[in-house]
Amino acid sequence: MSIQFYVAPEQQMKDRADFARKGIARGRSVIVLHYADGILFVAENRSQALHKVSEIYDRIGFAAVGRYNEFENLRMAGIRYADLRGYTYDRTDVTGRGLANAYAQLLGTIFSSGGEKPYEVEIIVAELGATPDLDQIYRLTYDGSVADEENFAVMGGSAEAIAQVLGTGFRKELGLAEATKLAVRALSSDNGSDSQARRLDVDALEVAILDRTRALPRKFRRIEGARLAALLTEEIEPEDQGVVPPPTLPHEPAVTETELPPGPPADSNEVDGQQQAPQDPAP
Amino acid sequence: MSDRSPSVGLTADFLRADTSSFADFAARVAPNVLPTQRNASAGAGDLAPHGTTIVAATFPGGVCVAGDRRATMGNIIAQRDIEKVYPADEFSIIGIAGAAGIAVEMVGLFQVELEHYEKLEGAPLSLVGKASRLATMIRMNLPLAMQGLLVVPLFAGWDPATQEGRIFSYDATGGRYEEHAFFSVGSGSVFARGSLKKLYRPDLEATEATMAVIQALYDAADDDSATGGPDMTRKIFPVVLLATAEGVHRVNDAQVGELVGEVLSSRMDRPDGPEAPLR
Repeated sequence: MSIQFYVAPEQQMKDRADFARKGIARGRSVIVLHYADGILFVAENRSQALHKVSEIYDRIGFAAVGRYNEFENLRMAGIRYADLRGYTYDRTDVTGRGLANAYAQLLGTIFSSGGEKPYEVEIIVAELGATPDLDQIYRLTYDGSVADEENFAVMGGSAEAIAQVLGTGFRKELGLAEATKLAVRALSSDNGSDSQARRLDVDALEVAILDRTRALPRKFRRIEGARLAALLTEEIEPEDQGVVPPPTLPHEPAVTETELPPGPPADSNEVDGQQQAPQDPAP
Repeated sequence: MSDRSPSVGLTADFLRADTSSFADFAARVAPNVLPTQRNASAGAGDLAPHGTTIVAATFPGGVCVAGDRRATMGNIIAQRDIEKVYPADEFSIIGIAGAAGIAVEMVGLFQVELEHYEKLEGAPLSLVGKASRLATMIRMNLPLAMQGLLVVPLFAGWDPATQEGRIFSYDATGGRYEEHAFFSVGSGSVFARGSLKKLYRPDLEATEATMAVIQALYDAADDDSATGGPDMTRKIFPVVLLATAEGVHRVNDAQVGELVGEVLSSRMDRPDGPEAPLR
């Protein structure tokens, strides 16, 4: 039989925090920053399928670092929360602040409950306000604390080195192309400003924006592939192509068609006489 | 088990739900917000306003859906500018005839359902998938339909897989049927379909298809008291939505007004509408 040793609550919390922090520090970083027309999300992510950045609601975006299954769970919970609220009340009643609070409650409860292990995640909830100065970036940590970030937020392993590079070039009125380039430069110099910057290609980046100028109510859109490459190399901002439907499989009929074999010649009735003639109705 | 009020934060249900369907999720955590989860006594149908005629027609580049603007309550016109045709998502359209309150809620639920799925799964449902999802929702409404709160949708959209506009119709039990070329639902649907039979051609352009559905709605209003004709004095015209490869767009009111003007002036000469050749 094992003996339960007494652990002081301070020590217990510290251990849990260290555990969570270590998990987060292993991950690649994510940057969320304001730009001229909204909010920009840039993440280093080599997977095309597992997103670190995604849409929660019309004007709310989500970014996360840490354990994928845990933040994916949080993302889905956030979408459920937002959709349920929007459906029950009105689309305008879904706010980033409400969502950030709900996340904070959830993360805080999990962190301080002895039974579960703390989530090894850090998340950002960003919201486009009615006017640019009401745009918000909320950053939530594993223990449920919320910080309201001023200009930009960096999460992940080398957040401090990245934030330093970002801080030197950041201005709120940066255009999309400039802001993206700055963020990518910051992400790639995560070994500190003295050492050589790494090279980050289009397929190692996940970029999305909450675009105030978008005509549709859903302001979130991803910038991928050729559009992202254009954004990083040329000075042109890619046009909003609206919704690009994903490629789909060609339509295949459930049943294949057939042609009937040629029947007996038309005059066969006369040759065979009575046998082929329609039967008389029963008397 | 869980709190029934959606105003409370993220409960364990939000984390553990194992469904991509918003309706299923809401039924679990907040069933009271769903239109289908309520009891109605017989005869509730007489209390609810009813929406009337929806018409859809395909054309080579997509599909066009139009609805008149009238809601009736018995012999009373409950509303003269109700809208019964909505974009369901970026590539599909839903039009609903029947008990107006339930219908509007059903449209809202269906819109959230599609968006919810898209956000959770990272990809939209296929057009047929959307049509099937709507069938499930209509089936859930069957108990209410039996009490007189019948809702009959018409679903149409651009299918990127087959590169064509497609139309789906439903019955109260949730049966889903694909319609070809054109279809209509609601009280004036018989007259509208008769009209479209004579006007429709598979090679119509978007504008011509729009004209055809406006003519059909006029014919429906001509013979069905519950379907509203164009209201020239108040400038209330049918709602016309197009679903094409570029997405769903509403034909602007001024342009619909012009087409309605053409219909009216030609009917000054021939009140029954365009003449179809006898053979």
